[in-house]
Amino acid sequence: MESSIKNNPAHVGCTFSADRLTEVDRLMKQYPEGKHKSAILRILHMGQKDFGWLSVEVMDYVASLLNIQPIEVYEVATFYSMYHLKPVGKYVFEFCQTGPCCTRGAEKTIDYIKNKLNIEVGGTSADGLFTLKTVECLGACGYAPMMQVGDVFFEHLNEEKIDTLIENWRKEAASKN
Amino acid sequence: MAGKKILLANDHVEGIRYYDAYRKHGGYTSVEKALKMTSDDIVEEVKKSGLRGRGGAGFPTGMKWSFLAKPEGVPRYLLCNADESEPGTFKDRYLMEYMPHSLVEGMIVSSFALGANTSYIYIRGEYMWIVSILEEAIAEAYKNGWLGKNIQGSGYDLDLYVTPGAGAYICGEETALIESLEGKRGNPRMKPPFPAIKGLWGCPTVVNNVETIATVPHIINMGGDAYAGIGVGRSTGTKLISACGNIRKPGVYEIEMGISVEEFIYSDEYCGGIADGKKLKAMIAGGSSVPILPHNLITKTAAGEPRLMTYESLADGGFISGTMLGSGGFIIYDEDQCIVHNTYTLARFYHHESCGQCSPCREGTGWMEKVLHRIENGHGKMSDIDLLVDVAKKIEGNTICPLGDAAAWPVAAAIRHFRDEFEWHIQEPEAAQRGNYPHWENRPEVVA
Ligand SMILES: Cc1cc2nc3c(=O)[nH]c(=O)nc-3n(C[C@H](O)[C@H](O)[C@H](O)COP(=O)(O)O)c2cc1C
Ligand code: FES
Repeated sequence: MESSIKNNPAHVGCTFSADRLTEVDRLMKQYPEGKHKSAILRILHMGQKDFGWLSVEVMDYVASLLNIQPIEVYEVATFYSMYHLKPVGKYVFEFCQTGPCCTRGAEKTIDYIKNKLNIEVGGTSADGLFTLKTVECLGACGYAPMMQVGDVFFEHLNEEKIDTLIENWRKEAASKN
Repeated sequence: MAGKKILLANDHVEGIRYYDAYRKHGGYTSVEKALKMTSDDIVEEVKKSGLRGRGGAGFPTGMKWSFLAKPEGVPRYLLCNADESEPGTFKDRYLMEYMPHSLVEGMIVSSFALGANTSYIYIRGEYMWIVSILEEAIAEAYKNGWLGKNIQGSGYDLDLYVTPGAGAYICGEETALIESLEGKRGNPRMKPPFPAIKGLWGCPTVVNNVETIATVPHIINMGGDAYAGIGVGRSTGTKLISACGNIRKPGVYEIEMGISVEEFIYSDEYCGGIADGKKLKAMIAGGSSVPILPHNLITKTAAGEPRLMTYESLADGGFISGTMLGSGGFIIYDEDQCIVHNTYTLARFYHHESCGQCSPCREGTGWMEKVLHRIENGHGKMSDIDLLVDVAKKIEGNTICPLGDAAAWPVAAAIRHFRDEFEWHIQEPEAAQRGNYPHWENRPEVVA
């Protein structure tokens, strides 16, 4: 990771809202005196949600909130697969590709998305809306094929459902612009 | 026969997710009872119940609790393992999503028994919506005097919090879970010292699975002996099984230990048989880490006995012809499923999830993935099969934590039982690209 370079000007000087800062405070108090670093994973989730992905600027900001060294945050952020360390589309499809999901056609559905959005796994659609990632078992094996988008699990997927979801998200994004 | 239900007896009651309905249906009575008992008495009941850890290893819970060190003036911690990341396993999710108070109640009784005043539920980060469900249940429990200071006037104090992870199977391993809860990378620790002596922040700690903890209130309510009367032999009580793969009714089922595997797969009360009228080819009984079994060893053991849903019967025959109950992640493969492909996806999973501390696991899982990938894609060599067996052997037992074993066993078992299918992929790559292995039903005789 390019730890020393500032890699996202948009995140320079980023800060949480007042409500978010109250939440950070609540989380840090869940651990004994001096052990508040335990709140790091959840605060990083909040950072990712608010700023889209974890740039060095966002991680440095989290370090300042926790009063720890930036390297301690980089170390953690690079270990866990839910964190995006590069810019991603507005909607990130995290599609499960592990064995049990494959018994119910996960791979065919992934191929369908690739063709539909004209992207490879890891890529983002030209309009910047959708990123496709494959992930390992999400604990939804009985409801396959499935993917996670944001905090939501979309289960029992098929081509029609994918079409509807993508269409709805396109509309949602258009209405916000 | 309709199976006995304990954990999910009330899962369909309207509003059971919330305090009022949960309380009305007997919720929190075990806390009232437990607070009048001594902690030793509670541990004794749990020992008598024969309850074994539901996270995968099946270690007796009462015994684990009795190992907890109790030095003067040092806090002790109970951590609930809700990391649930073993492929095929999605049972804890069901319990937490639909009956969050059953876990909260279990945490209170178990924390009291262990003398813990602060406890945490560590849940996989992908289950973020369940974090909110649990926090809502916890808030209700505080409001009604089941958490906080001086619970129900007993003088006992307990705070309970939820900490989400962020995507790492390894954090289900108990020492990695502790590291992660301390806000670090999830690298497993060397043992000893065991968590019972030095765990979270260096303090004595017990880590238990969601289902294990949610069972404790029922044991306190009915008594350890009564719980031990359910099930068969050393497999007492009930078990949640998450069933997936090519079955008619995937989902989470509570079974009484000791029903037959045949009943579980084919009865309409459970899996409802193989989907689309296909034939049963293979089964993984307890999450992707346990050995896969071919169709001839599923409903019967090698000795011809009916195979039962118990720790002992599933393990009958050892790794030659048996498997493990594990986490209860039950995966069924029909005749259209390719064993080589399935083994490859599992190898990829373990490679992806290896924390990278130990070279046998970090490198070995990568080799297995690569070799399986080339076999699957028609570029395998016959020597690759023994190479895989060899790599698996070199990982097993040579790592800090059991992820290495968990990665090695599925590969070793797939080759043990389906070597001919691997050979076919290598010798007839074109046919293998086009269709399914035709001779899968002829399994070699396995000597008991
Ligand atoms: C790689 C690995 C992953 C594990 N994942 C889980 C898990 O997701 N949930 C769980 O309860 N136990 C998991 N375990 C087992 C735990 O280490 C531990 O044995 C268990 O939480 C103890 O609880 P129990 O005695 O109630 O089963 C895992 C073990 C290993 C080696
Ligand atoms: S294998 Fe896809 S959710 Fe478990």
